[in-house]
Amino acid sequence: MHVTTERVVAPRPAETPPPAPPRRVRRLRPTQWAAFAFLAPLIAYLLIFYAYPLYRNIELSLHDYTARAFVLGNAEFVGLANYADIIGSDGFLLALRNTAIFTFVSIAAQYAIGLGLAVFFRNHFRLSGLLRALFLVPWLLPLIVSGSTWSWLLNSDHGIVNSVLESFGIGQINWLTSPDWALTSVVIANIWLGVPFNLVILYSGLKNIPDNLYEAAAIDGANAWQQFWRVTVPLLRPVSAITLLLGLIYTLKVVDVVWIMTTGGPGDASTTLAVWSYREAFGTGQPDFSPAATIGNLLIVIALAFGGLYLYLQRKQEQS
Amino acid sequence: MTSRRTWWKTVLGLVFVAFMLFPVYWIVNVSLTQTKDLRADPPHLFPWNPTFDGYVNVFQDQMPALGTSLLIGLGCVALTLAISAPAGYALAKLRPRGGGTLNFMLLVAQMIPSVVMAIGFYAIYVRLGWLNSVWGLIVADSTIAVPFGVLVFRAFMSGIPEELIQAAKIDGASVWRTFTSVVLPVSRNAVLTVSLFAFLWAWSDFVFASTLDRNGDAVPVTLGIYAYIGNNTTEWNSIMATAAIASVPAAVLLVVAQRYVAGGVTAGAIKD
Repeated sequence: MHVTTERVVAPRPAETPPPAPPRRVRRLRPTQWAAFAFLAPLIAYLLIFYAYPLYRNIELSLHDYTARAFVLGNAEFVGLANYADIIGSDGFLLALRNTAIFTFVSIAAQYAIGLGLAVFFRNHFRLSGLLRALFLVPWLLPLIVSGSTWSWLLNSDHGIVNSVLESFGIGQINWLTSPDWALTSVVIANIWLGVPFNLVILYSGLKNIPDNLYEAAAIDGANAWQQFWRVTVPLLRPVSAITLLLGLIYTLKVVDVVWIMTTGGPGDASTTLAVWSYREAFGTGQPDFSPAATIGNLLIVIALAFGGLYLYLQRKQEQS
Repeated sequence: MTSRRTWWKTVLGLVFVAFMLFPVYWIVNVSLTQTKDLRADPPHLFPWNPTFDGYVNVFQDQMPALGTSLLIGLGCVALTLAISAPAGYALAKLRPRGGGTLNFMLLVAQMIPSVVMAIGFYAIYVRLGWLNSVWGLIVADSTIAVPFGVLVFRAFMSGIPEELIQAAKIDGASVWRTFTSVVLPVSRNAVLTVSLFAFLWAWSDFVFASTLDRNGDAVPVTLGIYAYIGNNTTEWNSIMATAAIASVPAAVLLVVAQRYVAGGVTAGAIKD
């Protein structure tokens, strides 16, 4: 077994110049029609299954939908009142704080561990390909599997984690049921889930750093530690930026792990914005779609802000 | 040549992997543990006295759910390929007007939280009567994979030599014919990568299943596990046995197609 992270998927575009420099023709060229025909299913798909659900979401957030009105479709227009309610509510600051902690602690730890492992695997050694492939496992498992497994590992009375801690003389920790620990628990599980993604991307980034730079540094007398800080870190910066931002965007929207492990509780102790939105809409017996959509839209705004930063950095990287 | 000097790295690597995969080992361990031993203190580190009751329960209770998940996964692969492969080709080779805008929209689409999509789909499906249907879930799950698919196909197909396409044209092939008989066969790797991820995401999906298919007759296996946890929290061996079975596709794919997995992860993130 050997993992190749070189360009399996995206080979470098052929160096041939694009044929036929664009002549100014007034009518659409036949290939334009063909291109449109090839794109038509995608455009229809994006309009029906992306734009329309998003439109419905915005519409929900601007009306006061009760469960009845949701089916009948005759809700009262309330403008931005839902947004004012959500932002002014007691839960908002806590959810925002939880989202920030969950997201930033998760990606910082995922990145640090992923980078450490990528550096560790950089030079080939016996079984390195196999071992690196095994690191993908947490990422491939269905989230319900990982979530429920972590629930059982962290179970207060019968979990292996507490059992190990007790053997070191540390008393029982109520990981999932104590408000002090619930957020930490879901962060731990989420770090575990995200390490493979960081490892794979950072590893392929490391592989693109030419060996002779390390050789030159070694000749100049740089030890491994100095090589890491003076060669690896600066040259990996663009890949790092993209890894972190993608991680950020993915982590902001996480619902499943948290919901499966703690349902955002106890109380609101591990409720993030995404989990809050999910709970309002689907988590209780009484769906409240207007606030749920409102929270979801606020989340989109945050994600898009970071997404804009991602696109900006990617463009800058392409130019350099 | 360096194997002598680096054996310690192999040992260290094995330790890392053992640490990382401990939860996975625990799934297998718990799934084989007798119900009466589940609450042993300290927990049994190895199922010395294994039972297969958990797995028997899985095959009694979860077979329909596994079938549903398979159907949803395959449906999602078909839908994703049908939409993303031609679009990827158009964006890579046919230089359509507004291609840049479309690319940008695909990136933005990937940033939308699934809970937002779930609310939107729920609102639409209520009216259409698509709730609790396999079809509805296939469509919803495909939204995770389609933008990714287009980006992978576009990246891969822009690497196909222009001469190959010109040659087909000179032989009198139409654009569609060129696409099906030249471009698609050459793009086998991209097709595999996209299929693999589309299947895995649909198979693993929890958010759409738990919102759009809550009361369906045919629920996927992720909901089967969730219902298990809700109903009988004592039988963790059955839950973990279901979890182990539900992880089989991931394991198979890792063994059979890992290079596509690694390639797919980087494809979305890095362009060089």
